[in-house]
Amino acid sequence: MLRIITRRLLLSVPLILVVSGITFVLESLVPGDPARSLLGVNATPQQYTALRETLHLNEPLIQQYWLYLGNVFRGNLGTSIFTDQPVSQVVASRLPVTLSLVIGATVIAAVVGTLLGVYSATRGRLSRRVVDVVSLLGNALPPFWVALALGTIFAVDLGWFPATGYTSVSQSPQAWLSSLFLPVAALSIGGVALIAKVTRDAMLATLQLDYIRTLRACGVSPRSVIWRHALRNSSLALVTTIGLTMISFFAGAVIIENVFVLPGLGNIVVTATNEHDIPVVQGIALTFAIIVIVINLLVDIAYGLLNPKVRTR
Amino acid sequence: MTAAVTAPPDSGKAPRTSVIARLTRRPLLVAALLVVLIVTAAVYAAPLIAPQPPLQQDILSPFAGPSAAHPLGTDGLGRDILSRLLYGGQPSLTGVAIAVGVFAVVGMVLGILSGYLLGWADRVISPVLDIMLSVPGIIVILAVLAVFNQNIYVAMLVLGLFASANLARVIRSSCIAIREELFVDAARVSGLGPGRIMTRHVFPGLAGLLLVQMSLFAGIALGVQTGLGFLGLGTQPPQPSWGGMVSDASQVIQQHASFLFIAGGVIGVMTIAFGLIGDGLRDLEADRRRMPGAARPATAVAPPGGQPAPVTPADPSALLTVRDYSIAFEAADGLRTVVDSITFTVLPGEVFGIVGESGSGKTVTALSLLGLLPDNGAVTTGSAWLGSQLLSRVSERELLKIRGHEIGLVSQEPMVALDPHYTIGSQLCEVVRRVGDAQGRAAVRDRALELLASVHLPRPDDVMRRYPHQLSGGMLQRAAIALALAGNPRLLVADEPTTALDVTVQSGILDLLRSLRAKRDMGIILVTHDLAVVADICDRAVVMRSGRIVEEGTVDEIFYAPKDPYTKSLIASTPNIARSIGA
Repeated sequence: MLRIITRRLLLSVPLILVVSGITFVLESLVPGDPARSLLGVNATPQQYTALRETLHLNEPLIQQYWLYLGNVFRGNLGTSIFTDQPVSQVVASRLPVTLSLVIGATVIAAVVGTLLGVYSATRGRLSRRVVDVVSLLGNALPPFWVALALGTIFAVDLGWFPATGYTSVSQSPQAWLSSLFLPVAALSIGGVALIAKVTRDAMLATLQLDYIRTLRACGVSPRSVIWRHALRNSSLALVTTIGLTMISFFAGAVIIENVFVLPGLGNIVVTATNEHDIPVVQGIALTFAIIVIVINLLVDIAYGLLNPKVRTR
Repeated sequence: MTAAVTAPPDSGKAPRTSVIARLTRRPLLVAALLVVLIVTAAVYAAPLIAPQPPLQQDILSPFAGPSAAHPLGTDGLGRDILSRLLYGGQPSLTGVAIAVGVFAVVGMVLGILSGYLLGWADRVISPVLDIMLSVPGIIVILAVLAVFNQNIYVAMLVLGLFASANLARVIRSSCIAIREELFVDAARVSGLGPGRIMTRHVFPGLAGLLLVQMSLFAGIALGVQTGLGFLGLGTQPPQPSWGGMVSDASQVIQQHASFLFIAGGVIGVMTIAFGLIGDGLRDLEADRRRMPGAARPATAVAPPGGQPAPVTPADPSALLTVRDYSIAFEAADGLRTVVDSITFTVLPGEVFGIVGESGSGKTVTALSLLGLLPDNGAVTTGSAWLGSQLLSRVSERELLKIRGHEIGLVSQEPMVALDPHYTIGSQLCEVVRRVGDAQGRAAVRDRALELLASVHLPRPDDVMRRYPHQLSGGMLQRAAIALALAGNPRLLVADEPTTALDVTVQSGILDLLRSLRAKRDMGIILVTHDLAVVADICDRAVVMRSGRIVEEGTVDEIFYAPKDPYTKSLIASTPNIARSIGA
């Protein structure tokens, strides 16, 4: 158990270096001179030289990267070129929105996907077909399209939910739920499909195992065989899939937040991309990398907890 | 017993069906291929077939309905929607092609290198793949777009690069399997270098897999490309793109909801088509690998009409009566009968042996008594009764009253017979609650401890806390017997209970069964291939071969006066027994 966590943490070091390295190198490739574009056309040569000095632009690239890393470790992610806001502040203010969206979608996808998967593994052919079709559609319909369609039907036509915007949970828990309902639904559909399929396959394989036969032969009820014993074994595959789904939801959130105008990380990162606001893009990339590391770590821990062979060693 | 169901390995005699013939059996795959081909051709022929240039506006007729001049109508600026759709497909499909190309080449090369060479190559490549899989791809793509001035093609190249780690993983594990195959060994022995083996022998074996992964990834890449377009990244308005058209449609969604379905529909259809091609190719690949005549995951076998089975057993005082009993499995080439009209009875308190080699139908017979045949197998003729209670062709609900309560099962492999995720105590208590007569937590626990003690497990309270992987095979088999005894069954079916155990442990288990029989006056059916076990413990036995009973009698009759030549040869091939009976 400890070994798994250590390995994962060790792997996270190169991961953070790679992500920050990529964004850093990309930044240095931007055509033009950051000092020049920051100062505008009316700056004096003295101002220009001074700014180049403060930004360490005269030093070699590797040294600049080193300085950048040092700042990152001190929690200084730089400053937005456009708003002059510290990037760490931008991230901190928008992270709760994205987390609400992604965690909500993950919970929904995990619960609904598992139920669908178990149902189709244990209830014969027709339900298997139904899950096949659902998962084909869930994978095929582009998430932004699903989001638009849901928004049109449930927000614009029926008026059940707000079409856009976000209310924080501290303002009004009810409005918070209502503002998240459609985004979560749109985001979770693809995950539901994937999780249902993985659950189904894992359940079908598990139900063939000897110990399932032993339990059935002992007169254990079908309900317990399926939910307590077979699902428990399938949960190992399931946990990995849920982790991957959650990671993919952070990518999906970039699109969903823009459809529903939620003020999250995905929303600002697109704006920043359009404005060439590299420090913001960089800071968010780093945030996402850390989130991925945390999710993978949680998956590893859950895996260990679910598997007595790892746990009792 | 699966050996009885699956066909012999590829006989190779089946005529090789051509690709065309195999395709015609998969209309969905053909349709999906056609959709992709036609849409792609139309998109790249846009300059030839589009009714108008994509940017040509006609301010006087915005939102026009379909007409001869505008087959799909016009948008808010009076631009021809069909033309924009055709031209707009170009960045999407070119982007997909770039991403898929990078994905295939990089993934394949990394996968083969690490999976075939292993060693240092694998030690370098595997961690790199781990990191690539953990990098949040979409963010890197956005950073690339920010830096490269919204160049969608560079972004798609980066997408393919990061996604290729997935492919490399898949290829790597297949490659590890392929490098062990005979034809690769042969190539190695004949002196081919690793480079040639990888390109000439390993790669062709992976081509099918590669195509499947490529088409599945094409769907993902299209989703990303159009998603970026939808966000206004990449292709810039007024240039058309599929994602951008969905975005345009979303602006007028209240007035013209149908716009959403035009661009969105094309994206959806193409994504579904890529997905179907992937699934179809995977099935084709599976067909190619599946041995002709092998069992499919089949439908349940319906018992044939035949003569109506008698309603009561001939002798109700017998513990178990099996009469004219046949079992068949559904295979690709029709029903395969694995047990053929067998008849026997087991008396109360008797140890009854069913002897035979693997494939003789002995285990299937035993499992069928508990209604535990695989889904594609069924009792086709005859019946079995426990006392006067019918066992065959009864509902699952009836079976729940029989399993554990009336008949217990001990199976062959103790190491996999118990749920690895729960302690022995947890499983035993669950079964006791279900089939035992103990009520309440403490009583259930006491009963469980009592059961563990009754199978002569030392320190039952310690065993209760253990997980299966913490116990030895012999201890696990005792625990499994305790589970089977929880409901005080009248009949215990033991399927090769000692085969997987060491010799010294074997005799312990047999002693246990003997003492349980005496204490509980319980009948035991012992399924085994081992005549020594039969001689040791059984009162009577049947010898089975190819689904039929060839010999039946008391143990003395079978060993000292075998009638069937097969029985004689079995005895002769078991030296200890042959010696002790002086045969």
